[in-house]
Amino acid sequence: MERVVVSMQDPDQGVKMRGQRLLVTVIPHTVAGSDVVEWLAHKYCVSKEEALHLGGLLVQHGYLYPLHDPPSLVLRSDDTPYRFQTPYFWTSTLWPAAELDYAIYLTKKNIRKQGTLVGHEKEHCDQLHRKMSHMWDLVVMQAREQLRAAKQRRKGDRLVIACQEQTYWLVNRPPPGVPSVLEQGPERSFCAAEGVQMTKNTEFYKQEMERCRKALTRARVKSSVCLEAYLKFTSQHGPHDPMVSGCLPSNPWVTDDDTYWTLNAPSVAVPTKLRVERWGFSFQELLEDPVGRAHFMDFLRTEFSAENLSFWEACEELRHGGQAQIHATVDAVYRQFLAPGAARWVNIDSRTMERTLQGLQQPHRYVLDDAQLHIYMLMKKDSYPRFLKSAAYKDLLAEAVIPPDAKRRVFPFMRKPPHSSPSPALLPASTSGEPVAVASGPECGDGDT
Amino acid sequence: MCDQTFLVNVFGSCDKCFKQRALRPVFKKSQQLSYCSMCAEILEEERAKLHDVELHQVAERVEALGQFVMKTRRTLKGHGNKVLCMDWCKDKRRIVSSSQDGKVIVWDSFTTNKEHAVTMPCTWVMACAYAPSGCAIACGGLDNKCSVYPLTFDKNENMAAKKKSVAMHTNYLSACSFTNSDMQILTASGDGTCALWDVESGQLLQSFHGHGADVLCLDLAPSETGNTFVSGGCDKKAMVWDMRSGQCVQAFETHESDINSVRYYPSGDAFASGSDDATCRLYDLRADREVAIYSKESIIFGASSVDFSLSGRLLFAGYNDYTINVWDVLKGSRVSILFGHENRVSTLRVSPDGTAFCSGSWDHTLRVWA
Repeated sequence: MERVVVSMQDPDQGVKMRGQRLLVTVIPHTVAGSDVVEWLAHKYCVSKEEALHLGGLLVQHGYLYPLHDPPSLVLRSDDTPYRFQTPYFWTSTLWPAAELDYAIYLTKKNIRKQGTLVGHEKEHCDQLHRKMSHMWDLVVMQAREQLRAAKQRRKGDRLVIACQEQTYWLVNRPPPGVPSVLEQGPERSFCAAEGVQMTKNTEFYKQEMERCRKALTRARVKSSVCLEAYLKFTSQHGPHDPMVSGCLPSNPWVTDDDTYWTLNAPSVAVPTKLRVERWGFSFQELLEDPVGRAHFMDFLRTEFSAENLSFWEACEELRHGGQAQIHATVDAVYRQFLAPGAARWVNIDSRTMERTLQGLQQPHRYVLDDAQLHIYMLMKKDSYPRFLKSAAYKDLLAEAVIPPDAKRRVFPFMRKPPHSSPSPALLPASTSGEPVAVASGPECGDGDT
Repeated sequence: MCDQTFLVNVFGSCDKCFKQRALRPVFKKSQQLSYCSMCAEILEEERAKLHDVELHQVAERVEALGQFVMKTRRTLKGHGNKVLCMDWCKDKRRIVSSSQDGKVIVWDSFTTNKEHAVTMPCTWVMACAYAPSGCAIACGGLDNKCSVYPLTFDKNENMAAKKKSVAMHTNYLSACSFTNSDMQILTASGDGTCALWDVESGQLLQSFHGHGADVLCLDLAPSETGNTFVSGGCDKKAMVWDMRSGQCVQAFETHESDINSVRYYPSGDAFASGSDDATCRLYDLRADREVAIYSKESIIFGASSVDFSLSGRLLFAGYNDYTINVWDVLKGSRVSILFGHENRVSTLRVSPDGTAFCSGSWDHTLRVWA
């Protein structure tokens, strides 16, 4: 589809840019490289650099060709004249370039000026000669015919046609080292395997109708509400986004200093202020951070409801664990948390408990989902807000570190080589499976504060 | 998404205006009613009222972003052919990348050292993923399978020997991703299906049918209940699935060409998609519609890969015209264009802590930008 758009541009441009330039032999309808760039920049409101890039792509794909004969398709932003390729040769037509045509082209080149065939072209020519030796007479004859017909045209036309052809073959048979612009990824079929295609008629449409029916009855939220939610989320997380607000002490990729990672390691003793703040955004953020989760667990212990979090963790293990472990995990969970009189009995409402116990007869991965959700909501609506208001959390906020801004290095020769950190695959598996980054020595900024 | 699927020729008394007219079935709050066409139109209007404001209007209040400067900070050279896919490790510096010649390489991109390399028995390895624990990688492509390799530093062990073949599809593997643990993998394939597998046993846990053509990409939702994922395919549809039941929960069909890449907004309420029609679009799950289009007339090549920055303010999109465009998600405008690659950008991921993003390209290199 991009080719269609590219080709659409040409007639537009043609209309605006048909400046007549005179060369030694008069060739109409040429455009200068710089004009192309300017026009693109103007029409699409983009920078010169981007316009040059876009124009360059057009040339690479063979929609524009240079008239002076360098065998490379590059857009130069100066007076170099270019012309638009005739639609016959556009790549969007997707006609495969025939070997026979290529042979004829190469032979013509050979005949016209003996020995002008460049390295790879000569190789190709020889290859084709061998492959089509039985047809070679035809090839030579065709080549001669075309050359004779060409002689009868004006010099200007001849030059134009030669350039057109050359560009076409440069695109379709690129010289070695130049990536071919015609390469595509593996073929994608529009219709999948036969099975799907056949059932498209009855099953498929029944499903579609079901889905549409459900869609009609689904509760939708007003756009304004959803969009406001984005604004809120983005502004809340903005200060935490290194790309938007930078990061302290410095972005490791920019300064080669990985202090930022050391300070924010998954199991660091003193978390940074930003990190502690993030725990207040949502319950999910708190649980996802191992340090946050540990502190929350401590808090729950003071409230004697730590078994809730443990139960939730056990359910997560069930949901994401291996298939073979399901029975064992369910058993363990039942014994520890759900059995009457269990050591760490969790407080679930009777209906959910009944349903869960029933489901335990045939344990499967999602059998504890209801109970897990109930406990999760309990923690979220009850314990979590209390945690945020608790003295423990406030202390954490107060003690949290704000890393100093690394002083700008004026002389980059002081840069230390980046230290490697051990791969997670080397460490013994910890409970959360997170690696601990090795502190890379006493470096922070210039180190001489 | 169709609103009126059925046209039933029933004549009778309209449930709203009580006139005798030809009726259509209409659903209002899960109740089926029969409205005449006049009243049905009014209902349509009411529904349209739900979409009461555009994103860029709401975003006018938001501060504009400052001058945006991002440069290539690392260039990873080592692949002998087009880089097709990459993924970050949770330790924020390691990445795994796969290429057309069958090589899968694990790098420490901070030091640009290669740590592991595996040669797959097939070419076009289009999918690779790092396990959450950092101890294994998964990859697949034209071999129709997804294989998991545990990472080992033991010089005596050949990594290929420990390979575990997990997924089996009937066509190429286009995308794979571990779920919250090392034990399960979600895959998308050219045979039009997605599937959830147990890594240890290779058992198929759930399969997802519904796409009418090759599925090209998928992404897991970052939600707290963590049960859904979105997939995009050559049938121009993006579908949201419930992992537990295997049902498609929502579908969006506004793109005009193959969807190459889908990625959730960090809050999980929306997702963005990049497509061959040269646009990226943002779909909201609660409003059940497309809320923004990121496109420019000067961009005529398809977007191959998209990802959000940590806060969701920026959308990075890699295109087939060798560039990366950075979009302001809220305002809908382009913030910046990044040059540097010498061939198509095939894959792009933001690092887990949002400090940088990595792009892989058909020019055999990967670049980390910050």
